[in-house]
Amino acid sequence: MARTPADLVRAEPGPPFEITFDGRTVTALPGQSVAAALWAAGILAWRTTRHGGRPRGAFCGIGQCYDCLATVNGEPNRRACLVPARPGDAITTQEGHGHAGLAV
Amino acid sequence: MPGSPSEPYDLVVIGAGPAGLAGAATAARLGLSVAVLDAAAQVGGQYFRHPAPGLGAARPQAVHHNWAAFTGLRRRFAASGATYLAGHHVWTVTREDEAAWSVHALAGEDGGTGTGGGTRTDGSRAATGSGTGGGGTAAGRGGHEDGRAVGADRDRGGSDADADREGRTGSDADGECEGSTGAGTDGEREGRTGAGTDGEREGRTGAGIAGFRERPVRLRCRAVLLATGASERQLPFPGWTLPGVVGAGGAQAMLKSGLVLPGRRIVVAGSGPLLLAVASSLAAAGARVPAVAEASGYLGYARRPRALAANPRKLLEAAVHGTALLRHRIPLHTRSAVTRVHGTDRVEAVTLSRLDRDWRPVSGTGRRIACDALAVGHGLAPQTELATGLGCATRRTPDGTHALVLDGLQETSVPGLWAAGETGGTGGWELARVEGELAGIAVAARLRARPALTRGRRVRDLAGRRDRMRAFAHAMAAAHAPGPGWTAWLDDDTDVCRCEEVTAGSIREAVTALGARDSRTVKLFTRAGMGWCQGRMCGAAVACLAASGTARGTVPDAAERRPLAVPVPLGSLAAGPEEPGDG
Repeated sequence: MARTPADLVRAEPGPPFEITFDGRTVTALPGQSVAAALWAAGILAWRTTRHGGRPRGAFCGIGQCYDCLATVNGEPNRRACLVPARPGDAITTQEGHGHAGLAV
Repeated sequence: MPGSPSEPYDLVVIGAGPAGLAGAATAARLGLSVAVLDAAAQVGGQYFRHPAPGLGAARPQAVHHNWAAFTGLRRRFAASGATYLAGHHVWTVTREDEAAWSVHALAGEDGGTGTGGGTRTDGSRAATGSGTGGGGTAAGRGGHEDGRAVGADRDRGGSDADADREGRTGSDADGECEGSTGAGTDGEREGRTGAGTDGEREGRTGAGIAGFRERPVRLRCRAVLLATGASERQLPFPGWTLPGVVGAGGAQAMLKSGLVLPGRRIVVAGSGPLLLAVASSLAAAGARVPAVAEASGYLGYARRPRALAANPRKLLEAAVHGTALLRHRIPLHTRSAVTRVHGTDRVEAVTLSRLDRDWRPVSGTGRRIACDALAVGHGLAPQTELATGLGCATRRTPDGTHALVLDGLQETSVPGLWAAGETGGTGGWELARVEGELAGIAVAARLRARPALTRGRRVRDLAGRRDRMRAFAHAMAAAHAPGPGWTAWLDDDTDVCRCEEVTAGSIREAVTALGARDSRTVKLFTRAGMGWCQGRMCGAAVACLAASGTARGTVPDAAERRPLAVPVPLGSLAAGPEEPGDG
């Protein structure tokens, strides 16, 4: 029986690379979305809601629920389940609508 | 065949799942110029979602029971000459005149996960790039009002098109995938190598108009095939917004595309055949699944023995999943539901309760199951926004969703607009593929004025298979129809609308105190359904809660209409699609 999803499909991914989540280093694989890379590191929440300040992460996994919005390289409201992870990406928890502290 | 950019495509297909691929390949083989738009980075749709090439999965079939059928379909599509535009989110379809439609899409980076296959962030990469290889053949085709894409296509137009035409002649006649293997394999190999990385980098730096990542694109065409599939239906319960609670389909999608799991001990709950498939693939991928909770019983199927007998493969599928559950020692609880999730910032446990026939929890039956994730879903709902926006008639399915009304040859109530697959009611990939092919033939028959095409044995055979599978889909929907008692799961402070954080209490107040009787009125009072997802997650629940204050009970009346199928930045609207010759 496979112990990991990668075992199951006999994956031989390209070389792993690093991204950061709120300053912490996270390893990602080529082909993974930002959400997938965060899940692989055991991180399930990267947004807080506008009203209750509650934590949220990926829910629908296919770009429809917008619960997985994250700030990626300073840009808020990116759907982490769709955005491919790239070497050096800085993911930060998005608070509320994500525009706090931005010059917009 | 269109020779200039301003000349429309014969057919634009929206969605590159089994229905869209079959429809496009069939229509292209019958001589139509065809473009396929899809939001994802790779073809396959939700069911055949698979790892991005960068993940180097040697056995993607390990998470797919019918992988060979998909690769056959993909090869056929690749060899057909249809243009493939990945990463294109279609937000509306408009009628130009009696004989022409405009399909409006946003092409953007968010359309693509993954390297390699995920390169097609703009039309030009898509049309000439990897994956299906089919794109290259469509070089220089018209109707694509996107300066960059058209320009790039033209540059390499002649040779690609010629090369493909040569390679294709042999396989064309028989219409199946034989003989086209070469093209398909090449396409895939190309997708796996470096081409992708460049594309992505390019997409990242050169993206967007005036700083917007998403670039508007407009395709003109003479017919449209809607193959937009379905999305998961969710019903709320206390704690369903905690991190670690994910859609059952979402968990499956993340596993299939990114090779990741939301936790180590994952409870699977809700209703519908998808749950068994999800539980067995999560377990195969290494998760412990301490329980699967199905809110219905399976006796519902037995009430329609004829539909069962006519679809032996469906029984086989169920048996395969059942065996997988046994092998992984996963207990299946029927007439049960997760009625509460415990945890402060993430899932720590769930309460599993027995349900009565109406899905009302039986008091005193709740028991706590420790887990770190919950995968939940209550069946699939057809994605019909684009169609209802154009006035297509819908029907209510036995499980309370709304599907498009279609004629015997897959045409909607609006002439010139066809649909195939889940848009006509959830029925699975095989039904989708059959309906796609039927639609492809029907469109070709109409546009080429060759009605004889629809009278052949092939069409009779396809229609027979479709009707048989539709009968099963009907039985399946009836067996998993949500019972009206599910609303008893809700506390007044349960968030129903995830985006706007609107609680069940405030929705009930809008119904009982303020007199709201439908989702729209509830939305105006409470903002439920007004957030980012536009009611996709809470729509079914809000409609039930609104209708619960009426004599109709908890059955909502009509499919919701929304003018835009995906959120569109105002800047993209203002900029308008790039016109031919720009750039």
